[in-house]
Amino acid sequence: MKKVEAILKPFKLDDAMQALSQMGVKGMTVSEVKGFGRQKGHTELYRGAEYVVDFLPKVKIEVVCEDDLAEKVAVALTDSARTGRIGDGKIFVSPVDEAIRIRTGERGDAAVS
Amino acid sequence: MLLFVGATLVPSVAFAEDAVTSGQFTANNVWMMLCAGLVFIMHLGFATLESGLTRAKNTTNILFKNTFIISIGILTYALLGFSLMYPGEFNGWLGWAGLGIGTDEAGLTVAYASGGYTYWTDFLFQAMFAATAATIVSGAVAERIKLSSFMIFATIFVALVYPIAGSWKWGGGWLDGLGFYDFAGSTLVHSLGGWGALAGALLLGPRLGKYVGKRMNPIPGSNLPMAAIGVFLLWLGWFGFNGGSVLSADPAATSFTLVTTCLAAAAGAVAAMAMSWMVAGKPDLSMSLNGILAGLVGITAGADTVTILAAVVIGLVAGVLVIGSVLFFDRIKIDDPVGAISVHLVCGIWGTLAVGLFSTNPEHTVFTQLMGVLAYGAFAFTAAMGIFGVLRVTMGIRVSEEEELEGLDLAEHGGHAYDFGGSKRGIEDEMGYAAGVTRPATSLAASES
Repeated sequence: MKKVEAILKPFKLDDAMQALSQMGVKGMTVSEVKGFGRQKGHTELYRGAEYVVDFLPKVKIEVVCEDDLAEKVAVALTDSARTGRIGDGKIFVSPVDEAIRIRTGERGDAAVS
Repeated sequence: MLLFVGATLVPSVAFAEDAVTSGQFTANNVWMMLCAGLVFIMHLGFATLESGLTRAKNTTNILFKNTFIISIGILTYALLGFSLMYPGEFNGWLGWAGLGIGTDEAGLTVAYASGGYTYWTDFLFQAMFAATAATIVSGAVAERIKLSSFMIFATIFVALVYPIAGSWKWGGGWLDGLGFYDFAGSTLVHSLGGWGALAGALLLGPRLGKYVGKRMNPIPGSNLPMAAIGVFLLWLGWFGFNGGSVLSADPAATSFTLVTTCLAAAAGAVAAMAMSWMVAGKPDLSMSLNGILAGLVGITAGADTVTILAAVVIGLVAGVLVIGSVLFFDRIKIDDPVGAISVHLVCGIWGTLAVGLFSTNPEHTVFTQLMGVLAYGAFAFTAAMGIFGVLRVTMGIRVSEEEELEGLDLAEHGGHAYDFGGSKRGIEDEMGYAAGVTRPATSLAASES
């Protein structure tokens, strides 16, 4: 099994979720996160003075799936979340040792499909 | 321009002292009680404005301060304040009519206050004003002041400083005798509170991280909708603040006063919007909201005695002044999270002097107005510096660095204003069973037994 973690622009979450659902991904976990990459933060104004916001709001999607599916998930996320401008985000794929469905106790691929 | 054609026709304020019927007396009294209620609403406005323009970690503390001020304000005004402020015949500087409040039959008839209101209405309306002065201080010292010290300061300020100062003009004291004019309190309420705010901000120092070296780091407010609600509530409350200061339901004077009040507020907003847009390159909401308050504070001294055109000019100047003042105080590193010093002190002074410039009553002069401004400044600033100064060397006025970083909610009150699902264990247990969720016998349950 693999875990695909994608850090995306928040307004791209719907597109990404639909793309994954259409290709048969059964579940995912989404969190609101903050961070920066090469583009750094940006400046905002409050009461006439500028300040730097270091961490920009992003969403993180986590999908754990069978090995074969991971590459397709990554591609689907890349296609659906791209705007072509800085700050589009990143995708990380990593191996997962074990998965357990809490309700039934199923393990491995059976727990994530 | 048609709007301004009638501007010179200021209604003559006619107090028909000899002809107040019982029906008029009732109408007057109802209006004044309504105004007391409107001024009360201003305390909600202050509370929401202050909590909106500060960080979420200090919200409970700010709301607690505001809850305390209105409560202690009414109590102390009943005990001491009303008596100190309206002592009747006195030496003009300090008078005393006796402890507590109470009246005979005459206080409830047309014989009291020319039939404008009863003794009880008089007390309540004035009590609502009293707490305002201390509330103004609350905003400027927010996010770093030690709660216990603030409570002591606020109590002394509202119980003694405000009513003694108030007696000099509204109580018929020495400044009243000199011809100083302050219709509803640009100086008596707003500047007075503003001087206290300046003293507090000076002695406390800025919030951690606000000024680092030559850099000024803005500390954004947590909730601008809350701030906007606060300012609109304050504007609404001002209908009572100025409208009630007519001290009767006199149709001409009350309606005219509400018009000048609203025009100045609107002009203050528009001027502040334009100024902030020009200075910062973008239109700034919180400073535009300050502009509304600036216009309101500015018109308060002369709302019944300036022309329509002058009311607009007073508001416009106040709106420009407040922006310049906010930027100025940041430049000299006096940290005022909500702009209270700029709104209440600076625009309070402006409004008081504006009476000398624009009043339709030739007896009002810039000189006497300036004298009033200086007298109140000297007294209020000295008193506030004295109280804060003594508190600083005895019990301290500032929370520790650690407490400030953690937030005053946790440090002073042991909890947060906003619960994002922290501790609901018991409730979730109840709901789990209610929703028919069968709980599997888990190893966790087994290990617990």
